[in-house]
Amino acid sequence: MKTVMKPSRRDILKIGVAGGALAMPFVNRSWAATTELNMLAWYGHGEPDVVAEFEQANNVKFKPKYYAGGDNMLALIAQSPPGTYDVVLSDAEFVQQLNQAGYIDELNPADYPFDDFLYDDWKKFPGHWKDGKLFSVMVRCGHLGVSYNTTAISAEEAKSYKCFWKPEIKGKLGHFDWHLPTLGQLSLYNGNASPFDINGGAWDKVKATAKTLRPQVGGFFDYGGTFNGLKNGEMLAMAGIGDWITGVLERDGAKVASVVPKEGGIQWTESWSIGKGSKNAALAKKFIQYMLSAQGQVHSARMAAYPAFAVTKAGRKALNDKDPKEAQRTGQVDGAANDPVTLLKEGRIHYRDIPKQQSLEVWNDFWSEYKGA
Amino acid sequence: MPLLIWQVLFFVVPLGFMFVMSFWLVKDYRMTPAFALDNWLKILTWGIFWRAYGYTLALATAAMALASLFAFPASYTLAFKASDAARRWALFFLIIPFFTSYLVRVYAWQVVLAGNGIISAILGFVGLGPLSLLNTPIGTLVGYLTLTFPLVLILQTISLSSIDKNLIEAAHNLGCGPLRTIFAVIIPAAKVGLIVAALFCFILSFGDFVSPYYLGGSKPPTLSIMIIDSTKSGQQWPRAAVIAVMMIISLLTVAFASVTAAYRRRG
Repeated sequence: MKTVMKPSRRDILKIGVAGGALAMPFVNRSWAATTELNMLAWYGHGEPDVVAEFEQANNVKFKPKYYAGGDNMLALIAQSPPGTYDVVLSDAEFVQQLNQAGYIDELNPADYPFDDFLYDDWKKFPGHWKDGKLFSVMVRCGHLGVSYNTTAISAEEAKSYKCFWKPEIKGKLGHFDWHLPTLGQLSLYNGNASPFDINGGAWDKVKATAKTLRPQVGGFFDYGGTFNGLKNGEMLAMAGIGDWITGVLERDGAKVASVVPKEGGIQWTESWSIGKGSKNAALAKKFIQYMLSAQGQVHSARMAAYPAFAVTKAGRKALNDKDPKEAQRTGQVDGAANDPVTLLKEGRIHYRDIPKQQSLEVWNDFWSEYKGA
Repeated sequence: MPLLIWQVLFFVVPLGFMFVMSFWLVKDYRMTPAFALDNWLKILTWGIFWRAYGYTLALATAAMALASLFAFPASYTLAFKASDAARRWALFFLIIPFFTSYLVRVYAWQVVLAGNGIISAILGFVGLGPLSLLNTPIGTLVGYLTLTFPLVLILQTISLSSIDKNLIEAAHNLGCGPLRTIFAVIIPAAKVGLIVAALFCFILSFGDFVSPYYLGGSKPPTLSIMIIDSTKSGQQWPRAAVIAVMMIISLLTVAFASVTAAYRRRG
């Protein structure tokens, strides 16, 4: 008699369980839930050239929301429920407002390598601390000065903002469409030692200076427009920007450069915070620590979207080892004449800030008038 | 009924909300519901707004006039001289630009209009250049025409094609020359279509943001750029709402006047 092997229901269950157990390692890998970290930042910070290594090492996937400008950043965070963003990159001058509105969490200073910072001031960056408590950590910075086409403006002429008035570039001076950098530069040109902390009389003079510059202006541009304007030679100089745009073009061989003129330059500063109510605060902290590590600083300094200065000694050293050409180009070499730290010590660099004696709205409104003049 | 619901849901309600928002205030970058006239007073007494208004109106009117004038000979040819097959192909080709992004087409114009672009090179060749048309009002107009010209041409062609050909033959039989036939017979007969085409051109140009920004260099700003500026700086959505309401009122006035003119009978 032929016996037919007929599996019982119990056998089938056993096989199922065994099969499931064998498959677990694979299931596990896909299930080992990749954590999603929500990032609010300027464009570029959530791109693979910056975060890919961290993502891979920590099984994280960044979900960036990009903004253009501090106002825009504040609005986005104000309109989102608490906990929407795990990490928030802010222009330093807006950290105070983020903190005041309760959008960011307190940080533990011991978690971050302040001892390794290149410049003492950066450890206690204005607005990042309140009542001895830390709320944001500076991670990168850059300078705003005279950005110019080297075939139209000489290095000598570029040593002063005065070159913006050069008759040969009439209609070829572009503006990055944001009032703070350009008006800050004009304030420096007028000789104000604290370009954003000026009284009514000085403010009137800045407005008067701006009006004399207006006939030179060829257009007001966003990031893409600024980039294209300089690239295709449509604009021969740009006010309100610096190496963060010309550096990208320079790396591609364009004949453009940025310098800090004799009247002084403005430092833009970017800082990371942890969003209030973040469900991934530990991971967010780990990411900020990574961005301040030597490796993270190199990624930040060489960011494809826009380069910046490293802020830690280890970061600078790693940059010099990894990409000495870029370190040289940007002055991130100890003792170089255009070393950002040297320039700060010489008092030639001023932190970008919000207006101290006028409201932001007053500056905004004037910018609109200036554009429409 | 569904049309009515659609209109209420997607037109009347958002419009009403925008109008209400124009009375709100912004505090600490947050909109606060209120009933304050601050935004209206600020915008309506602001010289910059009226300058931008006049500039936007002038540019949109120029685009409307240029598109209507340039399109007419082509639409006349397509309607009266071309074969049915040729007309169908022409209309098909006129639709093709709408398959591509308007922004991409505008970026392409940057290459053409720049100081080192094709037009400048041609002008240079005949001794008139180099001349950059980028970041100028002409650049903005080129962008407006890129957006609206195919539409105006299509609408004009459809309108002219529907004219009773007997009227034209009658005009010829009665001794009308070609020009008089156009002005005394064809244009009056196609008046509604021609006006509607021009109106569409005006509406699209008046509200366009892309061309004045990327080809005009925001110099000076148009109303749409002012809206962007208001929302970008200081998050003044309520002020942006005031500007938008003013734009809608202007467009409704122009549309109403145009439609009235289109359907007015000759006395």
